[in-house]
Amino acid sequence: MSASHALIKGETGDWEIVIGLEVHAQVLTKSKLFSGSSADFGAAPNAQVSPVDAGMPGMLPVLNKECITKAVRTGLGLNAVINKVSVFERKNYFYPDLPQGYQISQYQHPIVGNGEIEIDLADGTVKKIGVERLHLEQDAGKSLHDQHPSKSFVDLNRSGNPLMEIVSKPDMRSAEEAGAYVTKLRAIVRYLGTCDGNMDEGSMRCDVNVSVRRPGAELGTRCEIKNVNSVRFVQQAVDYEARRQVEVIEGGGTITQETRLFDTKNGTTRTMRSKEDAHDYRYFPDPDLLPLVVEDSFVADIRKSMPELPDAKKHRFMKDYGLSIQDAGVLIAEKERTDYFEIVAKGRDAKLAANWVLSELLGALKKAEKEFGDSPVRAEQLGGLIGLISDNTISGKIAKEVFAEMFATGKEAADIVESRGLRQVTDTGEIDRIVSEVVKDNPDKVAEYKGGKDKLFGFFVGQILKKSGGKANPGLVNDILKKKLEE
Amino acid sequence: MSIDKNTVTKIARLARIKVEDSEKERLAVELSNILKMIEELDAVNTDGVEPLTSVVQMQMHAREDVVTDGGIPEKILKNAPESTAGFFVVPKVVE
Amino acid sequence: MTKLTDLTIAGALAGLKKKDFTAVELVDAHIAGAEAARHLNCFITETFDAAREQAKQSHDRYTKGTALPLDGIPIAMKDLFCTEGVQTTAASAILKGFKPPYESTVSGKMKADGMITIGKANLDEFAMGSSNTTSHYGNVINPWKRKGDNKDLVPGGSSGGSAAAVAARIAMGATGTDTGGSIRQPAAFCGISGIKPTYGRCSRWGVVAFASSLDQPGPFARNTEDCALLLRSMAGYDPKDSTSVNKEVPDYAKVIGGSLKGLRVGVPKEYRIEGTSPEIIALWDKGVQMMKDAGAEIVEVSLPHTKYALHAYYVVAPAECSSNLARYDGVRFGARVEGDNLIDTYEKTRQAGFGAEVRRRILIGTYVLSAGYYDAYYNKARKVRKLIWNDFIEAYKKCDILLTPTAPTPAFAIGENTSDPVTMYLNDVFTIPASMAGMPGMSIPVGLSSDGLPLGLQLIGKPFDEETMFRAAFALEQAAKFTAVPQNIVGKAA
Ligand SMILES: [Mg+2]
Ligand SMILES: [Zn+2]
Repeated sequence: MSASHALIKGETGDWEIVIGLEVHAQVLTKSKLFSGSSADFGAAPNAQVSPVDAGMPGMLPVLNKECITKAVRTGLGLNAVINKVSVFERKNYFYPDLPQGYQISQYQHPIVGNGEIEIDLADGTVKKIGVERLHLEQDAGKSLHDQHPSKSFVDLNRSGNPLMEIVSKPDMRSAEEAGAYVTKLRAIVRYLGTCDGNMDEGSMRCDVNVSVRRPGAELGTRCEIKNVNSVRFVQQAVDYEARRQVEVIEGGGTITQETRLFDTKNGTTRTMRSKEDAHDYRYFPDPDLLPLVVEDSFVADIRKSMPELPDAKKHRFMKDYGLSIQDAGVLIAEKERTDYFEIVAKGRDAKLAANWVLSELLGALKKAEKEFGDSPVRAEQLGGLIGLISDNTISGKIAKEVFAEMFATGKEAADIVESRGLRQVTDTGEIDRIVSEVVKDNPDKVAEYKGGKDKLFGFFVGQILKKSGGKANPGLVNDILKKKLEE
Repeated sequence: MSIDKNTVTKIARLARIKVEDSEKERLAVELSNILKMIEELDAVNTDGVEPLTSVVQMQMHAREDVVTDGGIPEKILKNAPESTAGFFVVPKVVE
Repeated sequence: MTKLTDLTIAGALAGLKKKDFTAVELVDAHIAGAEAARHLNCFITETFDAAREQAKQSHDRYTKGTALPLDGIPIAMKDLFCTEGVQTTAASAILKGFKPPYESTVSGKMKADGMITIGKANLDEFAMGSSNTTSHYGNVINPWKRKGDNKDLVPGGSSGGSAAAVAARIAMGATGTDTGGSIRQPAAFCGISGIKPTYGRCSRWGVVAFASSLDQPGPFARNTEDCALLLRSMAGYDPKDSTSVNKEVPDYAKVIGGSLKGLRVGVPKEYRIEGTSPEIIALWDKGVQMMKDAGAEIVEVSLPHTKYALHAYYVVAPAECSSNLARYDGVRFGARVEGDNLIDTYEKTRQAGFGAEVRRRILIGTYVLSAGYYDAYYNKARKVRKLIWNDFIEAYKKCDILLTPTAPTPAFAIGENTSDPVTMYLNDVFTIPASMAGMPGMSIPVGLSSDGLPLGLQLIGKPFDEETMFRAAFALEQAAKFTAVPQNIVGKAA
């Protein structure tokens, strides 16, 4: 379903959904944005906290070089402008998981400016989504509210982790587009190695801004749904929130701009009470830091080291392998998937490789609820199987059987073919013998055929293949059978 | 610009400092006087002047990405008014 | 032999090397002095036992011949410097009992050079004040008295405890921090020398922050040479402070004694501010003459935006402090007052934890940064700050150093000047411009007021040219021959 079909049919007519996303992606680093403590996930509470992260008196921030490099790298991956000078400011507010009483973030002068990425939609259409900015900022700690009836517990391990906040333009018009955007963004940062894209561990979190309007009309009032952490949830949140807003408006109400929470249990959104009281963040440049200057030469070096990105790959797959945009789109959606495919296709019939990866393997993995990463059939092994098809060792039909066994046992295709004697019969003598037998055994059918009943040809082929246990090369069978019946 | 009692209430809330109603009048006057002093700045012509970002004329230095700190939860929690099982503890927060 | 407590640091180091006395004797003498002068309230936390321990180790090093550069010198550490395992309060109730798990870079460097801290010196709460009367731990009493008047006087602030301790011969030197005059003004009030180095010269890491773009640690001592010795130990690049400048530290003491021939001393005409005591203007003229006699060339310069420095300062400093002090929320350290809910707990904690002046500055700072006012106040102040900086750069085309008064008045009595905060702020009118521009400044005792109180003059140098400042300061010191001592010092009854 693409944008044009995404209108909500309300009582009073059609409504268009307008979506903008703020994605927080944790920069893939060893240490935090401004301190030397580990940025890893899952340590014991407060075990990855330095006095700086705890906002202790007199502690000062020192910027992590790697974050500059990876922010610029990501910026280039988003085809975005890199700003030579950016400024870290303080966003002031009180919250138990914000130890300093302010978040250090880039506000007026982000390190990355305008950019643009392509998203791939199910109907094969491609849409460009604008990126407004990417800025570096500190993550907050974690508050646990469910441990005690009257207390909240605070763990600062996450406090100070390096985040890239990537802000899109309000260019998305459906849940599908929002999902496709997050999917593509995730693929890009993982190709670049600037973020592990692990949404369960929160290394990628989305703030979803949703509003509705009459098609083409002025933008409506938006609500921001905080920390939605899976593509599916993003889509659910958009659908629920858009419908809620339509109901409110059609019910004669108005939308008030607010921050909402997404309830993963029932797929609904609700007002975030802690954000109710009006905020005034009192941003000002952090006097503990100086403006960040990135030299052109520094950017140029990073540019040189850029890998081929999803969209470039997609276009290459279409051009070089003659794949459809859908197939190419599916192949580049996941980095592991692309890597897998490229190994299978290397030096082989890429079109055939794509078909196998997309149909057989993808299907089998879905059924087994496995990821490409842990496929029982390694890329090299599937390549082996495709090799056997291409050189006529086995037919496509046999190949499917072989694949099933490979998937179940992890054995090599060649071994299975050998041990089960599935080699295709290409010895004309042998085939000639079988053909003669079949012709001899069915004199009446032969007569009917010669009498003009051409479609009996298929019957003979079937009989022959059956006799050969499916191993006779269909091509040869056709040629020889034709001659025999002409006699 | 002078600061009235409501403004005192508003900024005290932003600053998370309790201010008794009895103090507000006095504070409003004190703060307004300071503000009056500050507003003499209006006499300075700053057209086209770039704000001073820092008095140090150098580029900011950055750290290598290595883990050099952390791993000291007991030291981090030692001064806490309330802590349990390695966590800081605060009155419940409603989300 | 002169009393151990009357020695200069340089003199003491010589004596220690010559084994005229031991580090233990030197430290004990000062601890005794501190005990005798407790009524001055110089210290929030006394560290006598640790000091005695360190004195023994220092003595061992002297006997083994492995003495450190400033081994055994007893100093006072402003209680704004975090000291590992030792209570650090910033003179605030909100940090009562706080024991940092880390040591500030500056105090660590001094320790590494063998200096011995005998106490954490009292100050204005979070260094906000000019009289040391905002301390939660009681005000400090200036060891000086007016002639024929026993009223207790303020030592100046914010580094009042440090200045009073050095003046009273309780410590041979002390650390301070200077945001708008917090080293220079108390030095002048207590008749000693004090330097605010160039911003970026000494690390701010581990120093409780007041206004990050202005705060700068520096030393107090009883003469220029001692200040030079202390600053050399305190200064230096610190990768843990992003505003610390990577320039190597010269041996400041070496330049002392050099002639002033060819030195151009600038006299800013805008510093003749009304409200300044005529005695101080007279002293200033005297100082100019002394410099001239020492061979310097005197040039009149103009710092046209001087009169706005104070106003801009009272936007920038409160704004930064309102944010820097947000971390004192009763969650991770410090005192907490339980409320009905989280916000109530925050508000009660910060109401009870901060004194009136700190609360006032946080509120002003919050106001000037709040929505709609940022450009009118904070950004305007940053632009004026740029103009002030330009003034100095212009002036330094005509001169190498500036000579001005340090403070408009001598020390005042406790309770005077406190009715209205704005009058109190005027104490820093001469020191704030250099702070706003990040220039190094130093106060030297040059004379006495008619009622017998010390008066200081301020030298303001070029960025990272503390050497020229020391050279000029020494010449001024030689000419001024300031030998007066406070009534209230070790050996004399209070
Ligand atoms: Mg956001
Ligand atoms: Zn953010």
